[in-house]
Amino acid sequence: MHDDTFDTELKLILEAIYLRFHYDFRHYSPASLKRRLSQAMQRFGCRSLSGLQERILHEPGVFPELLSFLTIIVSEMFRDPAFYLALREKVVPFLQTYPSLKIWVAGCSTGEEVYSLAILLKEEELLDRSLIYATDINPEALRKAKAGIYDLDRIAGFSEAYQAAGGRTSLSDYYTAAYGSAVFDKALRKNILFSDHSLATDNVFAEVQLVTCRNVLIYFDRALQDRAIGLFRDSLSRKGFLALGAKETLRFSDHAAEFSEFAGAERIYQKE
Amino acid sequence: MPATAEAIVVGGSAGALEALSTLLADLPDDFTVPIVIVLHLPRHKPSVLPEVVAAKAGRPVREPLDKEPVSGSMIYVAPADYHLLIDQGVVFAFSVDEPVNFSLPSIDVLFESAADVFGARLIGVLLSGANADGASGLKAIEDAGGLAIVQAPEDASIPVMPNAAIALCKHARVLPAAGIRAYLLRSAGCGEATERKENHDR
Repeated sequence: MHDDTFDTELKLILEAIYLRFHYDFRHYSPASLKRRLSQAMQRFGCRSLSGLQERILHEPGVFPELLSFLTIIVSEMFRDPAFYLALREKVVPFLQTYPSLKIWVAGCSTGEEVYSLAILLKEEELLDRSLIYATDINPEALRKAKAGIYDLDRIAGFSEAYQAAGGRTSLSDYYTAAYGSAVFDKALRKNILFSDHSLATDNVFAEVQLVTCRNVLIYFDRALQDRAIGLFRDSLSRKGFLALGAKETLRFSDHAAEFSEFAGAERIYQKE
Repeated sequence: MPATAEAIVVGGSAGALEALSTLLADLPDDFTVPIVIVLHLPRHKPSVLPEVVAAKAGRPVREPLDKEPVSGSMIYVAPADYHLLIDQGVVFAFSVDEPVNFSLPSIDVLFESAADVFGARLIGVLLSGANADGASGLKAIEDAGGLAIVQAPEDASIPVMPNAAIALCKHARVLPAAGIRAYLLRSAGCGEATERKENHDR
């Protein structure tokens, strides 16, 4: 599918993006990156990656669109209900012992996971004493996350997952339906701070008791995964929790020994 | 035919489990090439495929984890709700990108990434199914010098997927499921296929 020329051009365009726009994709997982860039070539009508590189360097407006293409992560509210159930039943009792809580949702994309977490914390009477940092590198995704507005046709699936995740009421208590959209309650995000942060180039900014970073590390290579996990370790207080996606593991990481498995099947780890 | 296949990737959809049962039934111990399988799965449900396939194959079958090395003598199946890819370093990778050909996991995504990593040292097998996912992935395997095998449409419960692949892949070998099994065992240097048959005849 890809020849040596493609691989050469891939290195060049990633370097160009880094130098010109300061986004570092050089340690993203090549398999997914190649696939997304091949699709981007079609979308932008370019015959080669060099052609795409010329367009992002010389045509304003092309890079922001490419950025969305490269970074958007398709998420859902209460994705993997078993994870949220484990968070509620096993992690919350620990979180309740803190007078105030800081939580980092790393790679929050368009916000579905952040609102899921906020709802869970509200139902466990923890939201008022929590501060949630929701970070992403994609400004367009952050804008959508802040707005908290989702297509109404996705809500049935979200509601089902909410119930399976041990939801205490009905998901409809948390949004207003209007014009084909579900607008989530502003009160949910009064303690959420949305901000730009790159796991590839930025550093630790707060001490937190819980990090959730689900289905983000799968897009990184081993080296960048280790960088990100190092940030989480440095950010977490002692015995703090790290939650990963269903197929993500610390097993192959240099930092494996610095965490223990807390809820193995749900990929919740605890810092030693 | 690739002299030494380092991996076999298998895709299928409706009707493929039956073919897979024939393909993988009691694999001999000296068959050590890793097999990676994508079958189309219902969304948002844990897959029971590992248990089902393990029962047929008589060897461990697992859903891999991110960055897990692809190991010999193993059978891996893609989990629900993720695309499964092979990445540099011969490790597994995942994505939660949009469905491809309405499919998540998609056969094309696995096949194209595997073609990129293994080149000519790869065999792709496409089985029964009701949509065209896998056809362009199989073409990518062929283009990279690997071997494409398609279940014969008349042998497949639903021939849409095989037909789409045959139309796209000029050099594909078209075989019934039992023939694919015999071919894979031969190409891996296992004499067992013929021995077993003789035992049954006796």
